[in-house]
Amino acid sequence: MPAPQQTAAEIALAAQKQSARRHQLLSLPSVLIITLFGVLPLLVILVYSFLKAAPYGGVEWKFSTNAYLNFLFQRDIFDDSLQFSPAYLYIYLRSILFAISTTIICLLIGFPTAYFMATRPPEQRSWWVLLITIPFWSNLLVRTLAIMFIIRDEGVINTILMNWHIIDKPITMLYTNFAIVLGLLYSYLPFMVLPLYSSLEKLDFRLVEAGFDLYATKRQVLWRIIIPMAKPGIIAGCLLVLIPAIGAYVTPLILGGGLHLMIGDLIAQQFGSGRNWPLGAAQALILMAAVMAALFLYVRNSTGKMHHE
Amino acid sequence: MSRAVPVIDIKSQPGFKGVAILCLAMLYTPILVLIIFAFNSGSLMMHWEGVSLRWFGVALQNADFQSAAKNTFMISIVATIVATVVATLAAIGMTRVKSWRGMRVAFMIINLPLMVPEIITAVATLSFFALLAKTLGLGFGIGNIMLAHCVFCIPFAFMPIRARLEDMDLTLENAAADLYATPWQAFRRVTFPLLIPGIASGAALAFIVSFDDFTITQMVAGPGQTTLPLYIWDQTRRPMTPEVNAISAILLLFSILFIVISFLIARKRK
Repeated sequence: MPAPQQTAAEIALAAQKQSARRHQLLSLPSVLIITLFGVLPLLVILVYSFLKAAPYGGVEWKFSTNAYLNFLFQRDIFDDSLQFSPAYLYIYLRSILFAISTTIICLLIGFPTAYFMATRPPEQRSWWVLLITIPFWSNLLVRTLAIMFIIRDEGVINTILMNWHIIDKPITMLYTNFAIVLGLLYSYLPFMVLPLYSSLEKLDFRLVEAGFDLYATKRQVLWRIIIPMAKPGIIAGCLLVLIPAIGAYVTPLILGGGLHLMIGDLIAQQFGSGRNWPLGAAQALILMAAVMAALFLYVRNSTGKMHHE
Repeated sequence: MSRAVPVIDIKSQPGFKGVAILCLAMLYTPILVLIIFAFNSGSLMMHWEGVSLRWFGVALQNADFQSAAKNTFMISIVATIVATVVATLAAIGMTRVKSWRGMRVAFMIINLPLMVPEIITAVATLSFFALLAKTLGLGFGIGNIMLAHCVFCIPFAFMPIRARLEDMDLTLENAAADLYATPWQAFRRVTFPLLIPGIASGAALAFIVSFDDFTITQMVAGPGQTTLPLYIWDQTRRPMTPEVNAISAILLLFSILFIVISFLIARKRK
C-alpha cells in the first residue's frame, strides 16, 4: 500500500519541480539581458572608480583611490598635500536642495490637482488622466527646449511684457537657478500627480462624510482624514519626483547653461570634456548610494507599517 | 430637522479647482507655444510673420533629419520587439505561479533599470561598451544603442503585462484544463488572447521610452549614429532656425498621437 502512494507524491513533486524550472527558464532572457547590459556596467564603473585616469579619457589599470579623494580634496600642485575643496560637495548639496524644492512645489500643485481629478465623475476622470499622461510620455528634451523658448531674453514672456511696455529691458530668467527649478518642476509634475491620483481615487468618501457628520470643517477633513489616507500615494509621488530630480541631466544642461551644474551634468562632464572617467564613476556611485539609501528607507518604512497593521 | 445645516458638497475643497487648472496650464503652455511657432513662416524664431508649413517642408527634406529618423525607428522597433517578447515570457514565468528559487532576485533585477538614475546607467553603459571594445575588440555598432535601450524597455513592457496577468482569473484556464486542453493549448487559446491588451500597452510604453530617450543614447552613440533627440540637441548648439521648432513639433505630435491612440484603444476594450 505505501509504495504507490509514495510514487504519487514523488510524481507530484517532480511535476512541481518541472514547472518551477519552466518558469525559471521563461524569466531567464529578461534577467540575462538586464544582468549583462544593466548590472554588469554598474560593476564596471565600480571597478573604474578605483583606477587611475588615462590622460585622454578611459582608465589606466592601476589601483588608486584618487577619484574618491578628489571628491573632497584637491592635491596641491607644489607640495602634493591634500587640501579640502568642497566644490563637488557643493554641487551635490545644491542638487539635493533643488530636488527637494522641486518635490515640495510638485506636491503643493500636484495634490490639489490629483484630488480634483479623483472627485470628477468617472467619465471626466479618464480624460484628466490622459491630459496628465501626455506630458508624462512626451519627449523630455523637447519639453525642456519649449521652456527655454518661453523664458529666454527674446522669449515669449519677455516679448509680451516688452510689447505691453511693462518692462523695457528683458528679465533674465534663462541660465539661473530659477530656470532649473522651473524646468525640474515642469518635467516631473506628472510623476507626482499620477501616483497621488491613483491613491486618492480609492479614497473611501464615507469617512469624509463621517467627518462632516462630526462637525469637522473642510480644512479639518482635509488634514485629518484625506491627507493621512493618501499618505502612501504622497510618499510614492515624492520619491518618483525626488529620485530623478537629484540625478537630472537634461534640465540643468539646457536651462542652467553650464553655469549652474547639478550632479548629472557633473558626472557627464567627467566622461566628456573632463576626461576623468574614474572621478565620474566615483561621483556616479556616490549618487547611487544616496538614491539607494532613500529607497531603502522607504521600503523599510512601508514594510514596517504593514507589520503594524 | 435633518436639513438645519446648509448642504455642502463633501468632496470639494476650496481652491483645488484653480490649482488643477493652473497645473494643466503649466504643463501645456510650453508645448503649445512650441507647436504654434513651428507654423511660423518667417525665418526668425520669435518674430511671427504668418502661418505656413514652410519649416516642416525644410525639416522633412533635410537628409540629416531623414537618417536620424531612420535610426530612431530602427532602434525603437528592435528594442520594443525584443523587450516585449522577453518581458512577456518573464511575466508569465513570475505571475500567478508558485514562488520558485531566485524569483525575488529576478524580480528585483527586472525592476532595477527603473531605480537607477538615468545618467548613471548612461555612463555605466558607455564604460561597459568601451571596455568591451578595448579588451575584446567587441562592438555592435548601432546594436550597442539597441542593447542599451532593451535594458530600460524591459521593465516598462513588463509592468502592464504583469498587471494584466494578475487581474486575470484562473476560471477560464481551469475550464480549458477540464476540457482536456494541454497546458500549451490552454495558453495558446485562452491565456494568450486575454493577455494581448497587456502586451500591446507594454509594447507601446517600451516604444515611447525608447523613441524619446536622450541621455543614454547620447552617451552610447558613436559617430554617425544620430537619433532624432540627438539631432535636435545638435541643432540647438548652433544658431537656431524655426526648423528646430518644426522637428520638435513633429516629435511631440508623434508622441501625443501615439499616446492618444493607445488610450482610445484601451478605452474601447473596457
